[in-house]
Amino acid sequence: MEYLIGIQGQDFVLVAADNVAASSIIQMKHDYDKMFKLSEKILLLCVGEAGDTVQFAEYIQKNVQLYKMRNGYELSPAAAANFTRKNLADYLRSRTPYHVNLLLAGYDDTDGPGLYYMDHLSSLAKAPFAAHGYGKRFILNLPSFTVRLIDKEGIHDLEKLTLGAK
Amino acid sequence: MALQDICNFQSVFEDSLTTEYPAVPHGKKIASNYVSGLPFSNNKSLFHFYIPVAEYLDESPIQFGQISTVQNCSADSSEDPFLTSSTLPTCLPFASSQSVPLPFPMAHGTTTLAFMFQGGVLAAADTRSSCSGLVACPASQKILPIHSHLVGLTSGTSADCALWKRILARELRLYQLRHGRRLSTSGAAKLLSHMLHPFKGTELCVAATLCGWDGGEVDDGCDYHGGTETGPGSHGETTKNQMTEQKNFVDSTNAKVSLAKDERFSFSEQCFIRKKMNLSGPSLFYVCSDGTRLRGMLFSVGSGSPYAYSILDQGVHWGLTVDEAKSIAREAVYRATYRDAYSGNCVDMYHITSKGWTRRNREDLKEEYYREKQRRKHEKTERRDVTFSD
Repeated sequence: MEYLIGIQGQDFVLVAADNVAASSIIQMKHDYDKMFKLSEKILLLCVGEAGDTVQFAEYIQKNVQLYKMRNGYELSPAAAANFTRKNLADYLRSRTPYHVNLLLAGYDDTDGPGLYYMDHLSSLAKAPFAAHGYGKRFILNLPSFTVRLIDKEGIHDLEKLTLGAK
Repeated sequence: MALQDICNFQSVFEDSLTTEYPAVPHGKKIASNYVSGLPFSNNKSLFHFYIPVAEYLDESPIQFGQISTVQNCSADSSEDPFLTSSTLPTCLPFASSQSVPLPFPMAHGTTTLAFMFQGGVLAAADTRSSCSGLVACPASQKILPIHSHLVGLTSGTSADCALWKRILARELRLYQLRHGRRLSTSGAAKLLSHMLHPFKGTELCVAATLCGWDGGEVDDGCDYHGGTETGPGSHGETTKNQMTEQKNFVDSTNAKVSLAKDERFSFSEQCFIRKKMNLSGPSLFYVCSDGTRLRGMLFSVGSGSPYAYSILDQGVHWGLTVDEAKSIAREAVYRATYRDAYSGNCVDMYHITSKGWTRRNREDLKEEYYREKQRRKHEKTERRDVTFSD
């Protein structure tokens, strides 16, 4: 099953996605990239139904780029998230709804980092951490995270992530 | 085809018509002659449209005009709840109707495979068209050339595949006439994927693998990122598709574009900054009517694909020679036909290089089957002799 996870920190958002593109029982690709770059500082992660993911994500991607071309400045992550949600909602009650689950991660110069959770029923929530897939059930009910970073200099404590943070 | 078993096709006769592979447009001879006759001197890398002629079609009583009506019939008469997809959102990774549970979705009754290596792209397929548990045609053609440097493997409903291949060939030709250059394999795959998208949720079933060689066209900033010029290193890089590589967005101008980097990124980069990219080399795409479009180094599609994958996954690597690659492909198809009931008869092989595609003669696999049977018998008698001599 496909899996997305995102964690927002003090001044960053960390996102990860699995790399498998599967067709029923066969893994067709082991190195499939599920992240779509909307702009310099916004990433859209997209899983769900086979063709819908790419079609919808590319549609959003091109529209965000078009906005920049027309207006000369980029959409903020919040605006991009709301735009995406609006499109999902518009198609939801049509003959061809898009069955996709999304995470939008971005960094706004004024508001800072933001992680937005969207699902196929076009709900939208800004959350400090979020996931899609089977792993979602393990992460979403946790009230807080302790995060530590281990690198060549040793162990560093990072900011504790709690529900009430942002 | 295997799919049609579940569908319980009402009229077997109509199906046997659809499952014949009509590779040549007999009725449209005029159009095809027109295509091949025109000279195009300004485009150096002009390709010639291949008009395939299947030998057996001379004896076949099937007229070509029937294609459209037969296709409509097959679309109407097939009761296919299993293919109707996501009008209602489900949590399943693949969309299937809720009414009848499947152990896993039945794949298309065929074995096709294609892989890239240093010598180009190799495509192989079996030749059995099955329908409702019987072999409708033992000599169908599942590898359809689209133009001199692009070949498509088909899996799914035969009529759908043949029709969409022709539509794709027409659109590629129109593109070439309008823009003066050939569309890359990536672009062709994208075009096919977009053309199939409106039919999502219907019974249209096409799973095509496009194998091509992109020519050395240059300087298209916003062109689809076509074939790559990576060498053996690309395999290793594909495993390292990490977040950190995002920094490379800005650096995606460098000539070495790894296969791991999805073309979306370089495309959006190019839209911001026009870059001169070298699009040349072999290219392999899998396009499915459910909307999937994947670029890769190795694909196998069909009910025999698990068996073929087992042979290919252990044997295929970039440095194969052409002969080794051909023997691996042949072995993979043979093993799949050995076990899978819906694959069999002969094996077709096409090899695509910078000069275009070349076709190997169709080989009947029953010879191989009997050779192996002889070998096994020989081994068994040898073993028995050895034990007796103790």
